[in-house]
Amino acid sequence: MSTTVPPHPRADPAPAKSRSKRRSSPEWTKAFSPRNLADTMLTGYLPILIALIIIVLPLVWMVSSSFKPVNEIVTLTPQLLPQDPTAENYATVDRRIPLMTVLQNSVIVTSVGSIIKVLLAITTAYALVFIRVPGANLIFLGILVALMVPPEVSMLPNFMTIEALGGRNTLWGIILPGLGTAFGTFLLRQHFKSLPKELFEAAELDGAGHFRKLFQIAVPVSLPAISTVSLVTIVNEWNSFLWPLIITDSRDRMTLPVALNQLRSVEDQVSSYGILMAGAVLVIVPMLIIFAMLQRYIVSGLTQGAVK
Amino acid sequence: MAWGHCTHKTPGGGSLTTTDSRPAHVGQDKPEASAPPDDAQLAAARKKAHRRKNSKNWSLFLLFAGPNILLILAFIYYPLAMNMYFSSLDWRLGAPRADPVGLANYQRFFTSPSGLEVWRVTGIFTAGAVLGSMILGLLIALVLNKKIPGRTFARTAVFSPYVLSGVGVALVWMFIFDPQRGALMFILDRIGIESPQWFLDPDANLLMVIIVYVWKNLGYCAVVFLAGLQSIPKDLLESATIDRAGPVRRFFSIVLPLLTPTVFFLLVTNIIFSMTNAFDILRVMTPTGNGTNTIIFEIYLQSFGQFNRAGYSAAIAVVLFFTLFIITAVQLRFVERKVHYQ
Repeated sequence: MSTTVPPHPRADPAPAKSRSKRRSSPEWTKAFSPRNLADTMLTGYLPILIALIIIVLPLVWMVSSSFKPVNEIVTLTPQLLPQDPTAENYATVDRRIPLMTVLQNSVIVTSVGSIIKVLLAITTAYALVFIRVPGANLIFLGILVALMVPPEVSMLPNFMTIEALGGRNTLWGIILPGLGTAFGTFLLRQHFKSLPKELFEAAELDGAGHFRKLFQIAVPVSLPAISTVSLVTIVNEWNSFLWPLIITDSRDRMTLPVALNQLRSVEDQVSSYGILMAGAVLVIVPMLIIFAMLQRYIVSGLTQGAVK
Repeated sequence: MAWGHCTHKTPGGGSLTTTDSRPAHVGQDKPEASAPPDDAQLAAARKKAHRRKNSKNWSLFLLFAGPNILLILAFIYYPLAMNMYFSSLDWRLGAPRADPVGLANYQRFFTSPSGLEVWRVTGIFTAGAVLGSMILGLLIALVLNKKIPGRTFARTAVFSPYVLSGVGVALVWMFIFDPQRGALMFILDRIGIESPQWFLDPDANLLMVIIVYVWKNLGYCAVVFLAGLQSIPKDLLESATIDRAGPVRRFFSIVLPLLTPTVFFLLVTNIIFSMTNAFDILRVMTPTGNGTNTIIFEIYLQSFGQFNRAGYSAAIAVVLFFTLFIITAVQLRFVERKVHYQ
């Protein structure tokens, strides 16, 4: 963002400061005055509370409903918490879709896909920044343009490619087309460019090659940035829906989101919402836990570019 | 000339003079031609050594970046090119026969009632999703910008829907919107309003998916706005307060003008996101695209949904790509430079 700050047109900043200093002690005693308290409640806590209710309540409702028996779902007097909690909805999900297989597929696709993508992003970003070749900027531009192409645009030709390779209803068929990574490359390139050159010069004098410079210097000092890229990649892989939906139609090869979409088309009665909520819990809660633990990295990765 | 720099880079000092074979040619039509012949010789040798260094660098570069570049070419650029070819065909997915039809698919998308309907739906969805999440996101950011305890938690909670599976989120909201037993129905009932037929009426369908998208997306806007707000210098606001400017006046005369770069950044990213990221919500909540066939959903419906018109779908995909390309180019051209306060 911009660096220079225009001075306020009317007030000279220096006297303003001294004036606010003079006012500071009576302000402190006023902090607990009834008027100020009411003000804080109305303009601070109340809006936050409303925002939190709107954001959190649907998720609480999801978890709570997933433990409700059918008669508490179809009731005309719904309660927030299940009166007679049961795990029956989860058992039904397991009967409708091969839950363990589907979960396993999702875990494999997410972990294998993420590991390869992050490795590729690291090596590509390193090459773009530290290996001087003519045209590297052009290649970077090509990667930037690729960043813009949504999966819907490449879906049809990719479907034909993977089908021709025999990749329908296989896990590698789900993983392969998404492996080329533009986002991680972009983020790590920006980061590598910001590393001080002196870090590498000493190693160069010792005769270190690019491999050693990458894995003994660049990677260790960039762990926060790499964590950011990894976490964002994991979240995206786990939630990925369009491509697995197209490339799988066998229930044993589906990932969790695709299987839940199928569950939704089977269970379309009002009485089935408990089952659908159990399914939603299974796909939502793992990411919620990861996010709660590591939100610092994820937020910075997902809002990158906004604040430079 | 960086001549000392070049010799330093040359791997072996001996190669400078020994490997040179065609000294005269290089220097002839260049300014250095007036220099002594020895210099021209050196220049050629430098060039050759440079070339060798280049090819060594190239193989290293390809070793490091090659796999990723290959994957991007195979699964992003090749499909882009193939789509342009497919878009000129009248062709059903899996059919052995395809007839070339020139630009008829494009013409159809821009002129037929069903094509124009896609534009209308995309326009409404994008406008609703972008304005909704930006306005609500800004309001939340303004609240979170106050120094009150618990705001870190609130910030995390508000952002969290952004990282959740669209399929899961869609299932949760279907239960809330259900006109027979949904939580919203009970709330509306309490106020005395009859619940709309969320799952049947096309307009209600569109409103419903916009609400869900905004719910999932507003935390992103709030966090970016918050970062923008925190970069506004405090003494500026303090001096305005001393000048007896009220909160509303402060917002419109100081905060909002200083926030314009953030606003434009969010506007562009949100337009792009809302055009490309909503597929899972749309597909799960409205499987047939009844009133919700935005441009991405239409690409899917035409090729893999009920229609099976692959050529037409490819044409829409090409149009989407160029639309996004233009939006991004406009952003790079104008937003980065022109929108600055002062």
